[in-house]
Amino acid sequence: MRGNAEAHELIAPGSMNAALCRLAEEPGLWTPIAGGTELMVAHAAGRLSAKKLLSLWGIAELRFIHEKSDSISIGACTTFCDLRASRAIAKDWPLLAKAASWIGSIANQSRATIGGNLVNGSPAADSSPALLVYDAEIELISIRGSRRVPYAQFHTGYKRNLLAPDELVFAVHAPRRFAKHRQYLRKVGTRRAMAISKVALAGTALVEDGIAREIRVAAASLAAYPTRLYRTEDAVGNHAVTPETVQAARRALLSEAAPIDDIRSTAEYRKAVAANLLEEFLRGLDGEETA
Amino acid sequence: MSANWPAIELVVNGDRRSVHVPPMKRLLDVLREDLHLTGAKEGCGEGECGSCSVRMNGELVNSCLVPILQAQGARIQTVEGLAIDGDLHPLQQAFLHCGGAQCGICTPGMLMAATHLLASNSHPTMAEIREGLAGNLCRCTGFKRIFDSVISAAGQSSEAHAR
Repeated sequence: MRGNAEAHELIAPGSMNAALCRLAEEPGLWTPIAGGTELMVAHAAGRLSAKKLLSLWGIAELRFIHEKSDSISIGACTTFCDLRASRAIAKDWPLLAKAASWIGSIANQSRATIGGNLVNGSPAADSSPALLVYDAEIELISIRGSRRVPYAQFHTGYKRNLLAPDELVFAVHAPRRFAKHRQYLRKVGTRRAMAISKVALAGTALVEDGIAREIRVAAASLAAYPTRLYRTEDAVGNHAVTPETVQAARRALLSEAAPIDDIRSTAEYRKAVAANLLEEFLRGLDGEETA
Repeated sequence: MSANWPAIELVVNGDRRSVHVPPMKRLLDVLREDLHLTGAKEGCGEGECGSCSVRMNGELVNSCLVPILQAQGARIQTVEGLAIDGDLHPLQQAFLHCGGAQCGICTPGMLMAATHLLASNSHPTMAEIREGLAGNLCRCTGFKRIFDSVISAAGQSSEAHAR
């Protein structure tokens, strides 16, 4: 069934404050919409349940990349084109720049926003594994004030998150301290362009004297939402990266991964590929070269 | 009924236009139904195929995913805006010359994605062309003739792009 435009209300408050006031006045009634790359697909198919939509597109206060000496902040309505064009992102968070280039096509990247990607909460979200291994924080805002939480705690279940009904995602913040870290991100999909992940894995680690320190491993499509793989990290962290460590890490990943069978892949395939990606990342920690 | 909807002001292919339509009406439908510009096509309706590609404020967008309210005040360029007084745009000429169009359904989107690519990169490599057109699907040409058309319009030989 096709969507009926007249069945949905859409307003453009024009400023962040006006948007937050509307959300506060009628909490839970309004669904924010940014670039529409998710909600408009549902609309076209006649399965958009939200009746009242609040447009965040064009609100300049939500579209920025701010560089500070020790961190970078990205406004929620920053598009993936914006991220790809940023020298700071390319330099400090190359995995995020890479993920941005994977999201759909240019026409999707010009509209899709980082805040939308995170709030939508797809288990396969492209930007999430990179943000997880960069220790990103997410800043939520309402007329009551703002709060920052580790992004790793933002998702609470399949398509569920910490946002209160009167809150918006304001920004994503992460430290600029990964210049010496080894960095890894690989996505496996059906084809190279326009494919949604079957599985994706990201990793960062600081290698000193053959020992992997500050290791972070995160994945998409291994659970109901993008997640850090803590047991896998523990199997490697502060150890020499030996074949035994790699095998222990593989076992840890297989023990904590909880993928499902769906239209894109099977749980079994996802586990096998994720373990292979992990091994590729860990074996790369051996050499001299940084990513 | 229509008087109840807010006015949406657009500049389409250089002309000021005003429509009174539901704010959630898709830009694609406004172009086709209200402005009678039927160049942009609906293929998948979910941002995968690119046949509805147009440029909005200089960005390439899938017009099937843009609610018209978000195009308030925007400059829109569609395939109808490429030819000037009947003189084909160099990309259109190249598609004709190289056989870049067969059934024609994808062609308006291909032309807009290629226009967008060449606007920021006048001499793209083959890899850049493939990426620039990755969101546009064609089921006739196998893409080679479309890539050749873009290379031709950019004024370079196919060999120079083969890397």
